Amino acid sequence: MASLHPNTLTAHELLEKLKNKEISALDIVNFVFEKIKKTDPNLRAYARLDAGLKDGQIMGKEGILKGLPISIKDNICTEGYNTECCSRILDGFKPPYDATVIRKLKEAGATILNIKTNMDEFAFGSSTENSCFGPTRNPWNLDCVPGGSSGGSAAAVAADEAIFALGSDTGGSIRQPASYCGVVGFKPTYGRVSRYGLIAFASSLDQIGPITKDVLDSAVLMNVICGYDPLDSTSVNIKVPDYTKSLVKDIKGLRIGIPKEYFIEGMDPEIKKITDEAVNQLKDLGAVCKPISLAHTEYAVPVYYVLATAEASSNLARFDGVQYGLRAENSAVMIDKRKSETDNKLIRMYKATRGKGFGEEAKRRIILGTFGLSHGYYDAYYLRALKVRTLIKQDFDQIFKEFDCIAAPTTPTPAFKIGERSQDPLSMYLSDIYTISANLAGLPAISIPCGLTKDGLPAGLQILAKPFSEEIIFRAAYTYEQNTPWHLQKPKI
Amino acid sequence: MAINRETVEYVAHLSRIDLEDNELDKFSRQIQDIVNYIDKLKALDTDLVSPTSHILPINNVLREDIPVSSLPIEKTLRNAPMKNANFFSVPKVIE
Repeated sequence: MASLHPNTLTAHELLEKLKNKEISALDIVNFVFEKIKKTDPNLRAYARLDAGLKDGQIMGKEGILKGLPISIKDNICTEGYNTECCSRILDGFKPPYDATVIRKLKEAGATILNIKTNMDEFAFGSSTENSCFGPTRNPWNLDCVPGGSSGGSAAAVAADEAIFALGSDTGGSIRQPASYCGVVGFKPTYGRVSRYGLIAFASSLDQIGPITKDVLDSAVLMNVICGYDPLDSTSVNIKVPDYTKSLVKDIKGLRIGIPKEYFIEGMDPEIKKITDEAVNQLKDLGAVCKPISLAHTEYAVPVYYVLATAEASSNLARFDGVQYGLRAENSAVMIDKRKSETDNKLIRMYKATRGKGFGEEAKRRIILGTFGLSHGYYDAYYLRALKVRTLIKQDFDQIFKEFDCIAAPTTPTPAFKIGERSQDPLSMYLSDIYTISANLAGLPAISIPCGLTKDGLPAGLQILAKPFSEEIIFRAAYTYEQNTPWHLQKPKI
Repeated sequence: MAINRETVEYVAHLSRIDLEDNELDKFSRQIQDIVNYIDKLKALDTDLVSPTSHILPINNVLREDIPVSSLPIEKTLRNAPMKNANFFSVPKVIE
């Protein structure tokens, strides 16, 4: 009987059971904790298991999420709970305030879990291998990565170690792990969700979004976290609709573009086949699917790795050993003698702290980003990338004059093996090839489960729409989901 | 664009990061690969294209100049690696 294991249910199923008094909030939290204790020593979806689960602690005011625990990525500030971006440089950091999304969740009655979900350090990665707490594994196959950077949130939801979760998406960090783990991941329009309290990676691209077991849960969570926030100057003051109202099983006449650049050489043949079948299903359901071209797609990854690293190098300047986290007074290494001689004690402290506190990928990205912004290279790299970003955005503007949304694979391959790409940063970067454009153009996009490979690994279907058209995405995703069995498949863990 | 050890060393200095010897070698190699890949952007003619630094058409977000409360000092300093009275403490800069 499913109700014996409430952690396996969706948020909306649990809300129904809570309403009918078939279950208590305490039961739900305890079942989630039991599952975490049982499977997380192998899965490692949570950053600090040793932080100790606070058994039976139910928070929350009266609200639409009352009684439900939610798991939060380690880069979203939760007052009093460790928020370390899975980086040594934020060792022990307990934020003095809540992110706006956390405040909204608490106001809606949700219980914020005191242990955070694992991630690539500062969200730099596509596999959750770059965490100072060690890698998360994929619940469908423990030898594979869960994707990243929100790999902990996606793995926790897929393995029923969470009811639902929040992640963040800068180049695909919600959608790619959702695809690899067989769950639903939503990246809202840039500006839809406040970034206040999200520890910044690339401020012009970052968005917080839900990772859930089905599309209805995604809409329920979006209803809570979206909305204008004066504390984020890029949040947009547009009315937020009730997204659950867009969940109708009808896509008759919906015009869906299928971008030919997303079905390229090097794409896994099984993923191609699964995506083709999903598109056929959309047609069978009455959608009008036509091939389109997004001509500048191949430039999205290079543009992203100039802009995202440039913004990151600036955002991560704040980690200097002064206000929080780690401080190293003396450097063990002093490679650059010429420069170091002129460094005063303060600069030596900065360099030692950052050398010791940042992991390898963080250092690589800060250096790449600083290079792209440095004198003599700014025009050739940073400015040029901003211009190509315009071209990528214009491709989408053009398409959305004729189409309601775009459907494509979320990733070119299923989850890869742990260690397979960690020594080759470029091959890792290319795993985000289908997700990055949505961030560069600020578009909303979802990934929903659309099949399993022969090896039993999930594949994701991505649906994108124009800015602030989340409702169209929800309608298309819900219709597809309710007519297919994929969201009901669970890993055996 | 050729990336060598000196380039990485210089940029690491600008970024205020100490790198180990082996990191310098590894990063020079890897960043060279990445920059070669990024150089494909040069294939596009962007002379007449205007840059997009931000996707939303919003500029100069201002609010009324009304004083509001801020975090209390004690809370703000709670995470400081070193503090002295009401201040963050750093190594002495002026000898």
